[in-house]
Amino acid sequence: MTGPFEDVVREHGGTVLRVCRAVLGAPDADDAWSETFLSALRAWPTLPADVNVEAWLVTVARRKVVDELRRRGRHALPVDDPGTVHGAPLVGAAPGPGERDLDLWRAVGALPDKQRRAVVLHHLGGLPYPEVAALLGGTHAAARRAGADGVAALRLTYGRTHHEEGTS
Amino acid sequence: MTTTHRTDGAAAEHLGTLHDRLVARAQADGLLDVTYRVVDSPVGRLLVAAGESGVLRVAFEVQGHADALADLAARVSPRVLEGGSRLDPVLRELDEYFTGARRAFDVPVDLRLTKGFRRAVVAALPQVGYGATASYAQVAAATGRPTAVRAVGTACALNPVPVLVPCHRVVRSDGTPGRYAGGEHAKCLLLDLERTTRPLATGARQA
Repeated sequence: MTGPFEDVVREHGGTVLRVCRAVLGAPDADDAWSETFLSALRAWPTLPADVNVEAWLVTVARRKVVDELRRRGRHALPVDDPGTVHGAPLVGAAPGPGERDLDLWRAVGALPDKQRRAVVLHHLGGLPYPEVAALLGGTHAAARRAGADGVAALRLTYGRTHHEEGTS
Repeated sequence: MTTTHRTDGAAAEHLGTLHDRLVARAQADGLLDVTYRVVDSPVGRLLVAAGESGVLRVAFEVQGHADALADLAARVSPRVLEGGSRLDPVLRELDEYFTGARRAFDVPVDLRLTKGFRRAVVAALPQVGYGATASYAQVAAATGRPTAVRAVGTACALNPVPVLVPCHRVVRSDGTPGRYAGGEHAKCLLLDLERTTRPLATGARQA
């Protein structure tokens, strides 16, 4: 890529933060955001011009989020511990630039913890379910079910929000 | 300094904090190839950009800041970020210059954006002293190509670091200011600034 990296940070900083916050609590989400953009800055000059920058960034962010979850795993911190639920309030508090699909982010934030992480890691982050299961604990099938339940719940809540606000 | 994130509210403020942290990390990791800021000045908003070895670019708003950044990204490095402490010395010197407290700049300047004869002209311009002027023809003669008057004009117009390298001191042979990348008004303003603050700077204000 030959464009100024500053444009990338401005354009996609909010999206990356929402992705990080959808899985991690503060300050880990902030650290994952920094690691994401630092990696992206390093790779930027050699990135092919036809890459979808937002998708690429979300992939990098997912990797950083996964790194953080693994790090926690090594420190034997259960990611699913109810005492460490960072879900709804954090995501709710992260309306960001562009305000694009804010309702979707609220709806994702309102999902039960395990469903939220399964949805974000698989659907947003592109992680296969076996890897999602490895991160969340439990079986492959359970992770798949959490993801499917999450998406089903999103169809209900997100669809309703849109309908009520008459935006679709 | 003005950081113009296209957002507002607490989320934007938080992203601003994260952005500042990113610039500091990039600098520490040797990834901050170009850093820039946009500052207010008597000649309008100025974009000031620097690499690791000096100031690369000063651009007037009329020249298009976005174009200047795109050019830097293409010709120097796309690792371009706004902010950081690298620009503090040059911005301080610019402030001092515009208040009449400074007559010469001593921050390092990186002339890699200009080449050949144009670069020779730009490199020679600091010889025209504060408050003085030289004609295009005089500069052409000083750079060893007395007939290259038009080329001197082009070199001045394409000076990548105006104000710091004083192309505004190069005027027409009849004494009129002539053209300027920042607009004729900006050129007159800079010449007036240097004329009127000269006695103050020498500490011998009489008249």
